[in-house]
Parts: sequence; C-alpha cells; structure tokens
Amino acid sequence: MSEEVEGTRTLNEQQEMEDKVISPEKAEEAKLKARYPNLAPKHGGSDFLRKRLQQKGQKYFDSGDYNMAKAKMKNKQLPSAPTEKTEITGDHIPTPQDLPQRKTSIVTSKLAG
Amino acid sequence: MAGPGGGSSDVQWCFSQVKGAIDDDVAEADIISTVEFNHTGELLATGDKGGRVVIFQQEPESKNQPQCRGEYNVYSTFQSHEPEFDYLKSLEIEEKINKIRWLPQKNAAQFLLSTNDKTIKLWKISERDKRPEGYNLKEEDGRYRDPNTVTALRVPIFRPMDLMVEASPRRVFANAHTYHINSIAVNSDYETYLSADDLRINLWHLEITDRSFNIVDIKPANMEELTEVITAAEFHPNQCNTFVYSSSKGTIRMCDMRASALCDKHAKMFEEPEDPNNRSFFSEIISSISDVKFSHSGRYMMTRDYLSVKIWDLNMETRPVETYQVHEYLRSKLCSLYENDCIFDKFECCWNGNDSVVMTGSYNNFFRMFDRGYRQDVTLEASRENSKPRSVLKPRKVSTGGKRKKDEISVDSLDFNKKILHTAWHPLDNIIAVATTNNLYIFQEKLN
Repeated sequence: MSEEVEGTRTLNEQQEMEDKVISPEKAEEAKLKARYPNLAPKHGGSDFLRKRLQQKGQKYFDSGDYNMAKAKMKNKQLPSAPTEKTEITGDHIPTPQDLPQRKTSIVTSKLAG
Repeated sequence: MAGPGGGSSDVQWCFSQVKGAIDDDVAEADIISTVEFNHTGELLATGDKGGRVVIFQQEPESKNQPQCRGEYNVYSTFQSHEPEFDYLKSLEIEEKINKIRWLPQKNAAQFLLSTNDKTIKLWKISERDKRPEGYNLKEEDGRYRDPNTVTALRVPIFRPMDLMVEASPRRVFANAHTYHINSIAVNSDYETYLSADDLRINLWHLEITDRSFNIVDIKPANMEELTEVITAAEFHPNQCNTFVYSSSKGTIRMCDMRASALCDKHAKMFEEPEDPNNRSFFSEIISSISDVKFSHSGRYMMTRDYLSVKIWDLNMETRPVETYQVHEYLRSKLCSLYENDCIFDKFECCWNGNDSVVMTGSYNNFFRMFDRGYRQDVTLEASRENSKPRSVLKPRKVSTGGKRKKDEISVDSLDFNKKILHTAWHPLDNIIAVATTNNLYIFQEKLN
C-alpha cells in the first residue's frame, strides 16, 4: 500500500516536471510575474499596440509660450547656460540651446569607405 | 563538411568580403537597416539609420581567377532621406531607411525605391562616361569666353571621361501614411507598388505621386478595440492582382485586388492553430510575424516569427507545410529577452534562387540556413575572426544541455546586441549578403 502512495507522489512530481519541460514559456511567464507583479494580466491588448503606434519623443512646441517666455526673460537676468543637459520637463520652455543638436553635415557612410 | 545548398548538400560557404568600420564604437547612423540585391544580382544596395544608401556593384568575373565570382565594390552612395520634423504633431521623422526595393532594369539606368517611416522615393542611378568638349562660348573649366575673342566655330564632341555614377530622386511619394511604413513591394506589372504601415496599405503608380489608393485599412473605429497591426506586406511574384500582409498576431491574409477596391476582406487567411494549453504571456508577442516573403516560384511563402521560420503552401491555409526552429533555446530565456526588449527584434528571412534553401539571422552574429530538400540546417557566424579571404566558414553550435562540448557556445554567453536582422541571397548564384549591426559581410559558395 505504501508503494502505491509513493507511486502517486512520484507521478505528481513527474507531472510538475513535465509541465516545466513541456512549457518553458510558462516557467518564464512565472518568472516575469514574480519580478513585475503589477504587469497587466493580458498582454497584447490595446495598450501594447497603442504604445507601438505612438511615436516616442514627442516634443511639444507652442510659439506663443515661447515668445512670451522670451519677453519675460528680457526683463530678468538671463540664467547661465546649464553645464549639464538636464531633461526638459514640465513648465520649462525650451530654448534653441536646450534642444539636442541634429546633425547638419552629411557624412559618407563607412560602408563606402 | 556537408552543408545546405541549392540542390546539393555539399555547399561550403567562404568568406568573401566585409564592408564597414572595424571599431566597436558604432555610430547610430551607421546601423544597417536594409539589404537588397537587384534582379540580376549585379548590384547590392544597403540602407542605414542615417538615411544613406550605398550601392555595390559586382566586378565581372576575371579570367585569371575562375575560382571566385566577382567582388562587390562601391558603385554609388547618396543621402536618400533626411531627418524631418512634423510640426503639426510635434514629432521627429527618422531618416532611417526601412526598405529598399529595386525595379527591374528597363534602360541604361537603374531605379530603386527607398522608404523611411513616412516618405517613399524613386531614385534613378545613371552612369556618365562621356562629356561634351569643345564649346564655342565656354572654356574647358566652365568659364565663359568673351564672345569677341571667338574667331572660328567648332562643333563640340563627346569625349570619354572617368565613370561617374549619379543618383537623382525622380519621384517623391509623400503624405500618404499616418503610421510608420514597414514595407514596400513592387508589383509584377512593374507599374504599381504598395506601401504598408501599421494599419493601412496603399497602392501607388510609379509615375503618379499626388495620389495613391488605399487598399487595406484595419484601423478600428475605436482605437481601444485595436488588437493587431500590419507587420509586413508583399506582392505575389507573378500574379499582379495578389498580395499578402502579415500581422502581429501571427496571421497572414492574402488579398485579391480584383475582388473589390478595398481589400479589407481577405481571400485567404493563413493561421496555424495554437494549442491553448501552451498559451502564455509571451505567446502573442513571439507569434508576431516580422517578415513575409514569397518563393520565386510563387507557390509558397515564408514567414518569420521570433523563434521560427515557416513555409506555407498558398493552397493550404490551415497550417504551414514546413517549420524550422531558428533558436528554440531562447524559449527558456523569454523573460530576460522581454526585459531587454530583444523579444521585439524584427528578423527578416530570404529564399535562395531556386527556393531550395532559406536563410535568416539570429543573435551573436549567427545566421541560419535551412535546406528544405535535404532537411539539413547549419548555423554560421559573421565575424571578422573568420575573415581570411576564401576561408571556409565553420558551422557553429549553441549548447543547450548541461554539458558544453568544445567549440560550442552556451546560451548564456550569446551576445544579444550582435543581431543579424537583415540578410539577402543573390537571385541566381550562391552569394549571400549578411548585415551585422554596422558591417556588411559577403559570403560565396566555395568553388573548386
């Protein structure tokens, strides 16, 4: 009789092992859930796709705000240019100096070298 | 050692050339984003993230060295696309070349289509090897002569000059895509072509730039209901009314343009049924098709998803006829591949000239070939370590079990930053172009 019980236990363990072996994906999923418990349960939903369609790095520019800020700054002392480029967020109105430089010169591809 | 090949299992691959900078510090502009042979294989075009196109031309075979086919040397290079700014949406438009497609040659000049996220351009590449000399009113350097000094008249004649290859934009097809263009495909009628973005496919005429027809629109009325996007599209190689498009959900829809103007209803849908027991968080992501390519014969099509390459018979929609595992050992690494975004990498695939072998890239600068007839596959590496001229490439192996044999590399040692996303196969010969991040490798079949 004890042999039967042992047999069943071994079968359960074997089932668990088989699950892991059959589906490494599920094991990986469990790992992900452990690391990020707040991750949305159903991936591939519209959130994911909308993020994919959304462009990254949207830069908002309002010429009205920009000109008003420029006018305001004329009356105040001009702040010295920041030594390190901090990220532009919130109420800060970007000036041309703040924006990252886009390359202007055309450099030949190294494949053609 | 035997390897896959066209019709024979004895093809060995040799290093031929490598193009690009040697240093490891890769400038973003130098990242290769597309590779494409033209219809004869004489020309090989690459596009990069900096919006530049470089075209290589194969040297004619020399009688002195019948052992190797001609080398590819730079033929022309030009800036195809520039970075732009969409003021209305406050968005930058990248100059990265997403795709290049050659037009078949009709006259002395060569034509290709290149596209970034928003704009497609038709480029004419022409040779100039003569120039007129002996003008009456101009000096040879171009300065104008004082007409009073002209005492005799002569007829200008054409004299040979050093070959100059010029690229000029002949058409600009703009403002037709709200979302990012992922594919362009030339129709077999050689008059029209399609461009596909995440949600729509447009049909253009090569001569007409101010309008295009929308032939597929999968944008839902309510964006909250969006469940899938278009990932790739291609025209059938000889049926000008047929095209296919793949989706992020792993389906391929075939459409017939004769059926209706708007091809939202597919003629055929190819989808492999999924085992619901095996479904996981990653299932849909890894089923997303990153590339679809018809066979040259037009009988089959190949799709690439994250872990495999599938060959479909166009007459059977229910499941692929062949499935090849590219790097199945990554299935137990999906968690970290999701964290480092590698799970979203878009690998391309290609057929050889007679559709007997297919090729696709992987990580660690490995690429894989699957011989359909001989049921053999091989893993090769594009690296400067194997770059002695005409040295035969040694097959590589990734060890998955506990015990790693000599010369094998373990899964954890793979470099996931070294990805081969773009490969191309010469349409006629066993010559392949493999792009690593910023280098282009050309390998040739060993000829005895």
